[in-house]
Amino acid sequence: MTMEKTEQKHNSQNKKIFLEFEKPLIELYKKIEDLRKTSGAGLDMAEEIRMLEKRIKTLQRDIFSKLTPIQVVQVARHIKRPSTLDLANLIFEDFTELHGDRNFADDPALVGGIAKLSDCRKSSPLGETFFDQPVVVIGHQKGKSTKENIARNFGMAHPEGYRKALRLMRFAERFNAPIISFIDTPGAFPGLGAEERGQAEAIAKNLRSMAGLSVPFISIISGEGGSGGALGIGMGNRVLILEFSIYSVISPEGCASILFRDAKKAPHAAEVSKITAPDLLEINVVDEIIKEPVGGAHNSYEETAKNIKTAIYKHLAELSKLSPRELIADRYRKYRSMGFFIED
Amino acid sequence: MPKLSLHNWFQKKKENKEAENPNEKLDIPGNLWIKCTKCRAAIFNKEIEANQKVCPKCGFHFKLSAHERIALILDRGSFKEISTTMRSKDFLNFVDSAPYSQRILRSQEKTGLSDAIVIGEASIGKIAIGCGVMDFSFMGGSMGSVVGEKITRICEYCIDKKLPLIIFSSSGGARMQEGIMSLMQMAKTSSALSRLREIGIPYISVMTNPTTGGTTASFAMLGDLNIAEPDALIGFAGPRVIEQTIRQKLPPGFQRSEFLKEHGMVDIVCERSKMRDLLIKIFAFFVNTRK
Repeated sequence: MTMEKTEQKHNSQNKKIFLEFEKPLIELYKKIEDLRKTSGAGLDMAEEIRMLEKRIKTLQRDIFSKLTPIQVVQVARHIKRPSTLDLANLIFEDFTELHGDRNFADDPALVGGIAKLSDCRKSSPLGETFFDQPVVVIGHQKGKSTKENIARNFGMAHPEGYRKALRLMRFAERFNAPIISFIDTPGAFPGLGAEERGQAEAIAKNLRSMAGLSVPFISIISGEGGSGGALGIGMGNRVLILEFSIYSVISPEGCASILFRDAKKAPHAAEVSKITAPDLLEINVVDEIIKEPVGGAHNSYEETAKNIKTAIYKHLAELSKLSPRELIADRYRKYRSMGFFIED
Repeated sequence: MPKLSLHNWFQKKKENKEAENPNEKLDIPGNLWIKCTKCRAAIFNKEIEANQKVCPKCGFHFKLSAHERIALILDRGSFKEISTTMRSKDFLNFVDSAPYSQRILRSQEKTGLSDAIVIGEASIGKIAIGCGVMDFSFMGGSMGSVVGEKITRICEYCIDKKLPLIIFSSSGGARMQEGIMSLMQMAKTSSALSRLREIGIPYISVMTNPTTGGTTASFAMLGDLNIAEPDALIGFAGPRVIEQTIRQKLPPGFQRSEFLKEHGMVDIVCERSKMRDLLIKIFAFFVNTRK
């Protein structure tokens, strides 16, 4: 775990990666770097640096308040975006990863494990007490480099990944632990082995099983919510979304090439498909938008984790009041109500 | 939408054919002869119609409309449709090569259906059942809010009336023109099937050519028994997407019914001419297991 944490720090803080629309920031970062170099030679540039950092924040805030949908897609897919393992380690205590579907393999593209959510509040007639809530965490896992991404299959799970997730959800149910899932995948993997081993069956069974889970279940779209592969672990009682995440039935590129017969029309597809957090909130596909740090989640893992944790506390407190039956009924109502149609 | 009983529907179709045809048919050979999609043989149209739309040369199963399938498999005149007036809504104002609202209207005109599925109560071998039958000719049988709601309703109907359920799928997957809401129909239909299962009501899924994407990855794969027509394309990802991803040609027979049976995903591959008898046997099994 220590190794993982250092790797994470290294990845997140060194070497910034700028997106196309962040170009105006590069100049300012360069200036800061120059000032840092000169300040080593006996000059104190701290004040200037602070000024520049302030300007960066203002500019970032400005840029990120006006992102187009396709730009949001880029932030959601940012290679430095905190992954499920990053978040699991930062939000919870003692996250311990568990492996395998007990059937075929362990899928590195979909991870899970047990953890504790510290300082959960419990009110009783005797007053307030605090306790550590055991939870089961599952989520898609992308890599932070090409090499890692190849090992993780870019976060695209095979059937064994969905079956591992189901195994862990059943495990959570048996021991009465709430489930937190993190969604960050381009989609379930479309490949030979995946089809042979029943990708559709694995996802379908997860959907039906999630509907009947008797424990509180919170799904958090933390990056890319790609279609059935995302939904396959995403049927929470509450579905929350990080500010610059997306959730869609097909990628903007896929939509563009199928419906508009031109992959270059992805920006337009992103626009019309309504895949950003505010659009999803409007039609109740998500229940809450979790704020990201200025410049996106990758700019501060700690702040992102803190914001998610606050949201988990709130929703878990509400869901914990429901009985197993009520939790199932609550979920049924939620998904039963989805859809728009006309009937005379 | 005028409500047609099944009987009327067929009579109407017959009348239409008789009215339009004799002369026209002779003029347009395309109407008289059909080239089989699979073996490429030219076959007399009437011969295919008489053979339940199965190629007499190679056994290829052509697509059936929802009402053709109902007539072929369920007890004659037993089908009573419910939720007949439900229609799709273009809530995203989605326009690709045509506006979604127009696509809906065009499909309604073309098929005489309100959307890509009909649901209702019927009997098969005198056993009462709830059923849903998809129709590929309505926007590729894609699942949007209406398909999701209708499947949910037939599940609830079956729970209410304690009827076994059968769904015939024929669908390219989620209806992209409804964006994320089409994805949510996977969650919705699976939730309804979860309830059905909880109560112990049997559900038979029959997959026909093609059944892919979000349809396969939700209600179509969730049967207590999964049955497929021969040589139907059944899968999660479309073959083209897979080929583009893995940069290889797919082996012959990949994602076909027999392939799925070989890999343990379907119980039985059954040709159309034997489907009714098979289903009667299966439903009889459930009748006798009822407490």
